[in-house]
Order: sequence, then C-alpha cells, then structure tokens
Amino acid sequence: MTMDNAFITGKLKTRFTDGILSVEETSDMLTVGIARDVIHEAIRFLKENETLGFTFLTTLCGIHYPDQELQLGVVYHLHRFADNTRIRIKTFMPLDNPVIPTVTDLFSAANWMERETYDFYGIIFEGHPNLKRILNVEYLDYFPMRKEYPLEDPTREDKDNRFFGR
Amino acid sequence: MEAPNYIKVDPPEGYLSPGLFATTFDKVVGLARKNSIWPLPFATSCCGIEFMATMGAHYDLGRFGAERLSFSPRQADLLMVMGTIAKKMAPVVQQVYVQMAEPRWVIAVGACAASGGIFDTYSVLQGIDRIVPVDVYVPGCPPRPEQIIDGFMKVQELVGKESLRRRYSKEYKELLESYGIK
Repeated sequence: MTMDNAFITGKLKTRFTDGILSVEETSDMLTVGIARDVIHEAIRFLKENETLGFTFLTTLCGIHYPDQELQLGVVYHLHRFADNTRIRIKTFMPLDNPVIPTVTDLFSAANWMERETYDFYGIIFEGHPNLKRILNVEYLDYFPMRKEYPLEDPTREDKDNRFFGR
Repeated sequence: MEAPNYIKVDPPEGYLSPGLFATTFDKVVGLARKNSIWPLPFATSCCGIEFMATMGAHYDLGRFGAERLSFSPRQADLLMVMGTIAKKMAPVVQQVYVQMAEPRWVIAVGACAASGGIFDTYSVLQGIDRIVPVDVYVPGCPPRPEQIIDGFMKVQELVGKESLRRRYSKEYKELLESYGIK
C-alpha cells in the first residue's frame, strides 16, 4: 500500500490536533511543522504506529533563522522502507531556551547527529547519553553555525577587510 | 664517451694541496646533511597529490638526496606539511614535530599550510606557523612540482649553511619556547 500525504497528515492531526503547526507539500516530500512539546511523542507515533511505520531516521540537523521569533530549529527526516515514503519534520524553539527532548531512545542513529547539532547550534537534547562536541575542537567557546557569529577565523589580524569583501 | 648522468657536488671552500684538503667541520657536515635530507610527508589534501608527482620518476625528488621518505618522525629531517590543517589536526602536527630529532626543518607547502588559504573559517588553522616554526613557505594552490622542488632547494640552502651551534643558541631556544615546545 502506498501512503499518500493526506493520509499521514490526517493521522497526525487526529492524534496531535494543536501540536501540528503547519503542513506543506514541497516538490520532493511532505513537511510537517510540529510543536516542541509534542515532538518526541510525534516521532514515536510515526515510528511505532502500525500503519505509519517510519522506522528509519535518515537525518537530523539544526537550523537557525535569525528573523523568526522561534529562531532555532531541528529538522528530522524519517523514512518508511515498505514503500519508500519520506517525511520531513520541523520544530522550532526560542534562542534563549534551546532545549528539546532527545530521540536517541527511539533511534540510536540520532546519537551522533544530536551531538553534531549541539556542537554547531547549541541545541540541548534532554536525555542524551553523551551530549558533548563531536566535530569541532573541544575548547571552542561558541556555536559556530549560529548566525550571530562570523564564519571567519576570529583570531586573524593580518587580513584587510577591504580586500575580502567584508 | 657519453657524459656521466649524475651531478658531482662541488667541494666546500677550503685549502687544497696534493693529498690534503682542509676545511671547517661546519661546511662538511652541512654538505652531507643537505644532500641527504629525509622528508616526512604530512599530506592532507591536494598539495599532497602534487608531492606524489614530485616524488615520481618525472620530477624525481630523489635527485636531491631525498628519495628516502621517512614515515617515522624519529628518523626524519624535514617535515613537509602539505594541505589544509584543521584546528583539530593542529596538536597532531605539533606532536609530530616534537617527535623529530634535532636538527629538524619544516616546509609549509601550499596556501593552506602557509596561511589557511581560502579556508578563512573557524575550523581551520590559519597557517602552521601558529604551532611550529616554519623554515620555507611554498606558495600556490596547489603549487606545481617545480615549485615544491624550488622550496626544497631553499631548504637545502638553509641546511648547508646552518652553523652547528644554531640549535644550542639562546635565540633558537626562545623560538621553540614561544611555540610552547620544550
């Protein structure tokens, strides 16, 4: 059975009503915005519900939109192997309270991906077994992919900004 | 008869008479050292590919007495850093340098090793001279084998002229101290 997007959103809306903030069909896949307080329950539902069965976490990453009220986001991609259905889930949170429940209890693969998201965006995954930096040097004292920090190496003094388009 | 297919090394300055040649110890040691430099290639990216060409038959760094690559820092004379060094890699480069025996030389091959190159970003070391003292910089992105050979010959020049006392000098010790190397 191939599941269509309307069926999935219908299931989610019946179960979570107000927790489903937005539904969007982009050219490639279904995108659902879900409130932070039900995100863990929603992912569990997508994974463990018999008819849905999104048993594979393709990827998980952070994102920062400085112009939004809820600036920081986490994006999950789930995959249903039975018929190659994919779904994208987005959830947003304020910059001063970047805490979200971990999904490592549902998907072991989320372990390193959540560490990476913490490393680059400072999003704290509550309940993560080992939340520390994974790619950047340990002594880095900021979260480099947040937009308020410059991309360039902050320790350089010999580069004249005029010649580098800054 | 065909001309021999090798280059003789010119003797250093000195006094020559039949059955006798006198010169300074510095010059003899320098001559020996500069014609048998064992490089340790630390290749992380495209500059390393150019180095492979440099070592190949066409360019043949072996002509300069450097065909014996040393993959153990203990027996290497010249650390050749070729490629981008991420900040997380920096302690590794420094430790390799520390493990080399004196006298040791360093050559930074390519824009990244010399200055961070195009990677002006939070995760990349902006030149290896932030962690180890560098003797010769080779520009280029990546440099051609000819440029690497030119850089190598500059190192040979330094090695040949180096005083035997240099590594014991106060200035040299201070230089290492400024990098936090004992």
